[in-house]
Amino acid sequence: MRNPQLNAHGELIHLLSIEGLPPAVLHHILDTAGTFLSVNDREVKKVPLLRGKSVFNLFFENSTRTRTTFEIAAKRLSADVINLDIARSSAAKGESLLDTIANLSAMHADMFVVRHSESGAPYLIAQHCAPHVHVVNAGDGRHAHPTQGLLDMYTIRHYKQDFTKLTVAIVGDIVHSRVARSDIHALTTLGVPEIRAVGPKTLVPGDLAAMGVRVCHDMKEGIRDADVIIMLRLQNERMSGAMLPSAAEFFKNYGLTPEKLALAKPDAIVMHPGPINRGVEIDSIVADGTQSVILPQVTFGIAVRMAVMSIIAGNVA
Amino acid sequence: MSSLNLDAEALYADLLAGVRGLMQPDSVLVGIWSGGAWLAERLQRDLNRSGENGVISSALHRDDFGSRGLTAGADHTKLPFEVDGKPIVLIDDVLYTGRTIRAVINELYDFGRPASVTLAVLVDRGGRELPIHAAVSAARITLPRGQRLSLAKDDAGRFSFDIKEGA
Repeated sequence: MRNPQLNAHGELIHLLSIEGLPPAVLHHILDTAGTFLSVNDREVKKVPLLRGKSVFNLFFENSTRTRTTFEIAAKRLSADVINLDIARSSAAKGESLLDTIANLSAMHADMFVVRHSESGAPYLIAQHCAPHVHVVNAGDGRHAHPTQGLLDMYTIRHYKQDFTKLTVAIVGDIVHSRVARSDIHALTTLGVPEIRAVGPKTLVPGDLAAMGVRVCHDMKEGIRDADVIIMLRLQNERMSGAMLPSAAEFFKNYGLTPEKLALAKPDAIVMHPGPINRGVEIDSIVADGTQSVILPQVTFGIAVRMAVMSIIAGNVA
Repeated sequence: MSSLNLDAEALYADLLAGVRGLMQPDSVLVGIWSGGAWLAERLQRDLNRSGENGVISSALHRDDFGSRGLTAGADHTKLPFEVDGKPIVLIDDVLYTGRTIRAVINELYDFGRPASVTLAVLVDRGGRELPIHAAVSAARITLPRGQRLSLAKDDAGRFSFDIKEGA
């Protein structure tokens, strides 16, 4: 069966997951993002590629930051952006997901940016929307967050250029993290030789080894000589039951402090998808330090989302 | 290659003479990526202009985006000067429908308001679909619609023309 994200010519028509996308497609997105980054330097910070198109932000789960960056990206491409607080409207009234999509399609939507707590919801929408309609997954359950994965890759490429010599450590709450999953798929596709998943046994699942990842339950071992450290947020709202003794205990063992960071390569970069919990997974000194690229990640994220939206909008199912 | 007899180097000499006549003291050269950018770079040298010429890409303003999609990467616009108030001389290898020129003028305006925009090309192949006119064209020819004419550059920097069948 064909990857539902690609058309018969192998071109991207939806972005649902990084898994299964060929390296050439990822590089094309990163190259295109580079073009859009330079748009920020212009007097007119807007290009007309999506002029006359309507982008619907469908956030069944709240996320102000991700929704805002998608909104900015779509607006810089001249699209009309409609934000729907779905969690508080149709779904709350009992409308099914596909009925919601059918109604919005009748309003001439051209693109859906979807965040949903159920893994696979964006796939379902992509399967049932009209051929001219494109879908971008903005995070589904624990499954994937492909634009975050891509902006992480853009950030790594920006600072480190070559993926094929890197050691990348992903630290923290990996079991709940769709970002970690998307990052691992992207890093593997782009040829990173050593990917480490670092965290306590309750938060770093054993099945990760099957994805070609080295599992480390010891933080010092996990970040030693790393080129890139991706810290994940401790997702308190997703914690069910007692997976951790306490946030303070977590910080003691897995929080990124200047002392632990010193074990990585001297030019290692520190990334975080945000929002950061200072003093839980990352020390303020590190978050604000010279090796932190957390804020550039946000800037790159807009360019990457512009690239994804303009590429899929230009390809026909 | 067809048997069409177009000596790109001889035409370049005519283009150089024509562009020399267009230049005001504060004019800047902007080459359209990619063939026009090569020409602008050489003109910049041969006209003894100080600084760097500009390069402009049509990619973000093309009117066939809906059918052809986004063309990737390397074609970055680089305008290493203020656009506001400058007389701009746009340089391209081949002028055909005029759609690329429309797109790059829009691109140019994303950077400021030029004093004027003039166009100089190596070859005008007719077939215009927009009211766009070159102030200088070193040659005027007619080609069948299906043929694609573009400039090529060898390792020594010498120009020639490449003709391909198919739109």
